[in-house]
Amino acid sequence: MTANGKGVSLRLENCAKTYPGGIQVLSPMTLEIARGETVVLLGPSGCGKTTTLRIIAGLIQPDHGGRVLFDGVDVTSVPIEKRNVGMVFQSYALFPNMTVAGNIGYGLKIRHVPKAERRKRVDAMMQLVGIDTLHDRRVDQLSGGQRQRVALARAVACQPRVLLLDEPLTALDASLRDRLRTDLNQLFRSLGITTIYVTHDQGEAMALGDRIVVMTKGTIAQVGTPDEIYFRPANRFVAEFIGAANILEGPLQSEVMLLPGGQLHIDGGRTGDTAVAMVRPEAIGIVSPDGASWTGRIQTKIFLGDRLRLTVAEAATSAIVVDASNRLVVQVGDRVGLTVPNGSVRLLTS
Amino acid sequence: MIAARLPVALQAAFTVLVTAFLIVPAVMSMLAGVTVQYSRGLSSGLTLEWVVEVWTLYSDTILRSVLIALATLGCTLTIGVPAAYGLQVTGGRIARVIEEIITLPLAIPGLAIALGMIITYGGVGSFRQSSLFILAGHVVFTMPFMIRSVMAVLGVIDLDTLDESAASLGASRWQRFIDVVVPNAIPGILAGSLTVVTLSLGEFNLTWMLHTPLTKTLPVGLADSYASMRLEIASAYTLIFFVLLVPLLAAMQFAARNRATRGRQ
Ligand SMILES: Nc1ncnc2c1ncn2[C@@H]1O[C@H](COP(=O)(O)OP(=O)(O)OP(=O)(O)O)[C@@H](O)[C@H]1O
Ligand SMILES: [Mg+2]
Repeated sequence: MTANGKGVSLRLENCAKTYPGGIQVLSPMTLEIARGETVVLLGPSGCGKTTTLRIIAGLIQPDHGGRVLFDGVDVTSVPIEKRNVGMVFQSYALFPNMTVAGNIGYGLKIRHVPKAERRKRVDAMMQLVGIDTLHDRRVDQLSGGQRQRVALARAVACQPRVLLLDEPLTALDASLRDRLRTDLNQLFRSLGITTIYVTHDQGEAMALGDRIVVMTKGTIAQVGTPDEIYFRPANRFVAEFIGAANILEGPLQSEVMLLPGGQLHIDGGRTGDTAVAMVRPEAIGIVSPDGASWTGRIQTKIFLGDRLRLTVAEAATSAIVVDASNRLVVQVGDRVGLTVPNGSVRLLTS
Repeated sequence: MIAARLPVALQAAFTVLVTAFLIVPAVMSMLAGVTVQYSRGLSSGLTLEWVVEVWTLYSDTILRSVLIALATLGCTLTIGVPAAYGLQVTGGRIARVIEEIITLPLAIPGLAIALGMIITYGGVGSFRQSSLFILAGHVVFTMPFMIRSVMAVLGVIDLDTLDESAASLGASRWQRFIDVVVPNAIPGILAGSLTVVTLSLGEFNLTWMLHTPLTKTLPVGLADSYASMRLEIASAYTLIFFVLLVPLLAAMQFAARNRATRGRQ
């Protein structure tokens, strides 16, 4: 009953968006998405994620010159009702005048699927998202999590060519969000539909995306796998937006950055004026200060259970954050040595 | 605030007094319609004679009024509901301007609308002389109430997103209108309908300007009878008018209350 291998490859070509009033909220954007891939659009509020999603859906038109292609076919001027896309809205937008089954089967009804067949498909969808007991329930009698599942089942019931989700978990509380995130991940894998998922939550993006498109101010900052985005951010914005990052600034002398607390080896560094580099808190090790090439002083210490979060002063121009083992014994005020394994420091174009 | 400190009995007395002030004249008028001879009071006895006479004299105005009200309702439904949907999903400045224009008749006195219509269409004799002319006036006059009433509901249920999600499922504009817009706008449509019918039945200003001796409506006939008939007949006429209107008003109250309780859930 799953729609394995369904979906199309998708291409946005030079898609910009200017709203009436002349503000261009999306700069010309080109993006390629493979068949069956799950791509997450991630970025701070107002960066243009929803706008991009709505261009793909056909709810809004890109500015002149922009094109949307499904499997290489230009669908830019095809209205949403002819594009066969599944959409899940942040508010779910379930039809209040229909039951759960009525909602899920609506797209099938529009497509004139015979009643018996429709019922079978609706039941299968409800099974798939785990709400098979809610058949005749009115939608205003559902919990938030149940609504979300109905919205999802409704969106995939017609085997859409692309599944589009706009912050589908934002309206739910944190623990439910975590659970549904795992469910969604499984669902996307089993459906195999090309999926675009919009969120401003980097945890969601990491968990769900085959690739992540990090956006800022209407432009793409970086496209990459979660791993690439995390370990090899393209620029300072991505580094700081994804996870915790220490941004180090200092003059470079060949492969060595000179810092207030000593020296740091950077692979591929070249002599220049000032360079900007990033290192993740968990990549920094705490060692004895004797003989260490980079040192600092413990400024604060917070026990987080699974780790110890330290801030270390005097090491760089501003305090840096270090995630250390929860067994480490240090005191605030201690002088410590800092080590970073080769390859864990990344030079950034700021 | 002061009222809150007044003794309850005083408040009750005041309420009864105000209500009586409003209701007694209406009751007196209706009673006069079933009294044998008003100048001698109720002691002269009760009769339906006047009501029957009103029916023989004015049944055509009553029927015409009911027909015009229903036709007005038909027009405002077929034009107003789709228009409200269109305005709601279009949004933006243009939609707001159009909404203002449609709402204009609310602010313009009925007499002015009538004058405008006579100046513009008065030359078309057959139109001018038919009840359609009055119907057109009533449609212009009541349309804003229907559109406003429906739009108010559409705004509350976040129709834009519902519309978009139905579209994403493949529904054409017409299918969305039938499957999603109308069922969810029912409370607004109902309230709008009752308002339209009530307004149309009772409309005098505009109708008085637009009518011809052959296209009198109930309120116009009423004015006529006040001016030229004996008091009992005019009163019996009023009675019939009330009998028509009161159930509508009650239904309107009921619909409004229903909506309020549903909104609270
Ligand atoms: N209809 C519109 N008219 C004018 N400006 C708009 C319209 N819709 C969105 N914008 C603007 O476009 C920009 C991008 O909006 P968009 O909704 O795509 O952001 P987003 O990344 O989805 O943000 P969020 O995380 O808050 O949902 C915002 O600055 C927004 O104010
Ligand atoms: Mg958004």
